[in-house]
Amino acid sequence: MRSFVSHTFTAVVVMAASSAAAAPPSIITQGNGAALACASCHGVDGAGNAPSGFPALAQLPPAYFAKQIADFKAGTRTHPVMTPIAQAMSVEDAESSARHYASQPHPKAGASTADPAVIARGRNLAINGAWGRQVPPCFKCHAADGLGVAPAFPPIAGQHATYTVSQLQAWKTGARTNDPQTLMKVVAENLSEEDIHAVAEYLATLGNRGKENE
Amino acid sequence: MQSPNIWQRSETGGRKMNKFAGYALCVLALGGMLGCDKQPPPPVPADVAPAAPPPVAAPAAAAPTRFTPPAESEIPQNEYGEMVLLGKNIFVNTQQHAKAYVGNGMNCANCHLDNGRKADSAPLWAAYVLYPAYRQKTRQVDTIQSRIQGCFLYSMNGKAPALDSKEMTALVTYHYWLAKGAPTGVKLPGQGYLKVAKPALTPDMARGRGVYENNCAICHGANGEGIKARDEYAFPPLWGKDSFNWGAGMHRVDTAAGFIQANMPYGLGGTLSDQEAWDVALFMNSHERPQDPRFKASVAQTRDTHHDENCLYGRTPEALAASIERTAEAADKAAAKPATEQVEGYSPALSH
Repeated sequence: MRSFVSHTFTAVVVMAASSAAAAPPSIITQGNGAALACASCHGVDGAGNAPSGFPALAQLPPAYFAKQIADFKAGTRTHPVMTPIAQAMSVEDAESSARHYASQPHPKAGASTADPAVIARGRNLAINGAWGRQVPPCFKCHAADGLGVAPAFPPIAGQHATYTVSQLQAWKTGARTNDPQTLMKVVAENLSEEDIHAVAEYLATLGNRGKENE
Repeated sequence: MQSPNIWQRSETGGRKMNKFAGYALCVLALGGMLGCDKQPPPPVPADVAPAAPPPVAAPAAAAPTRFTPPAESEIPQNEYGEMVLLGKNIFVNTQQHAKAYVGNGMNCANCHLDNGRKADSAPLWAAYVLYPAYRQKTRQVDTIQSRIQGCFLYSMNGKAPALDSKEMTALVTYHYWLAKGAPTGVKLPGQGYLKVAKPALTPDMARGRGVYENNCAICHGANGEGIKARDEYAFPPLWGKDSFNWGAGMHRVDTAAGFIQANMPYGLGGTLSDQEAWDVALFMNSHERPQDPRFKASVAQTRDTHHDENCLYGRTPEALAASIERTAEAADKAAAKPATEQVEGYSPALSH
């Protein structure tokens, strides 16, 4: 049922996208003169770019998206490329891009080249966690399907491994600190480098897949 | 809003006394059940040697040995293993796999973290080896099966699976498998929920609300309603119609304080102070929730028959806070006496 709904929804989005009415906002395709077009790194469909580490943005809750732009502007989240772009975005730019990416279908997973043992380790962490060292399962907060719980918990299933690794490392080292209540910091601090790579590789395999937590 | 004592949904308040009500109780309360008196969990006696060899996974050395249940990868690939797995699936996703017996938005694993493995989160391996036991709540000897029936009646606000149902067989099998190698009749370290010492200040609603807003609301919602993702609860409701009912152990302020202090928020267990845990437990359990299935005649009568000084059923938060204070003072005076050990097969809890 869910996949039927999802397919129907996708079809509707595709149909809508093919008509002029649902053309993406200009901040996505053209930028605003000062801010680069979102699509140049994240794609019009919000699929991101794995080799470059540009995150997938499709299906991000609009409130989460808006918070990240606001945090980049305020300096409470920093990135050499994204900070100046966010600073050049108006409130309307942030809202329209948030709405646009929230409406894009979840990205499809690419074929993974990671070692199956690494994937298995990551899967176990995502589903079961490691409570003995205060690591709850990823899916306890990001939902059993990894597709997030709006507004505070973004989708992580299908995110590019390069990006997930960079963010977990950033929380672990303290380079990223805009998580509510330090919820990600405390988890990342208890993950080893091996854990981080394993869980990121596993999450990248998920794409549109359904619930795994059983 | 703060009138838990008068909210009686007709479908629950008017429910006939369920035939299981007499001996049921919620697994949530297992910690509270054995810990209503404030004695610390006794260590595993050295002279109680398990008949079987000690668990393979148990750490070799030192201090009070923590029991370690078998790893999920050790579930046998046979018919027995399939039943273990079904039990685990029911436990993790009760909404889906035991739908017919669930009357709210909860799953077993919401309160028994790590799929029933986590110490101080009422782990199943510790519960399994304590039954059969006499319980004050039911005033009879309960088996693990009747204990599980209680979970469904109260914590799941549903109905009890029959003793010979597939769901019951699967859940008991999962308990049994998790307890592999654990000594029978011994209260293991980590059993039940953490016992949190009486806080310095009388538990307070206003402080509790502050703790809730700063630590809990992000997942459980501003009004304790939980948060859904794709039509299923991703975070469980803490009060209201889809939460546990007034007979569940977690409605006890002492039990909830213990659970919260040890385990909440995820990844931050142990960071709330004892005071914050009591305050927020008082706040959480001051709200409305489904009627106690044991309700009979009146709130006052139901309260007096089934609820004690740690329950907000039929009591205002202020009255409860004051009674906790008095009880704690009495306990302090009595502390000079050596604590009585857990007697085999006997659980001292009054009502949960």
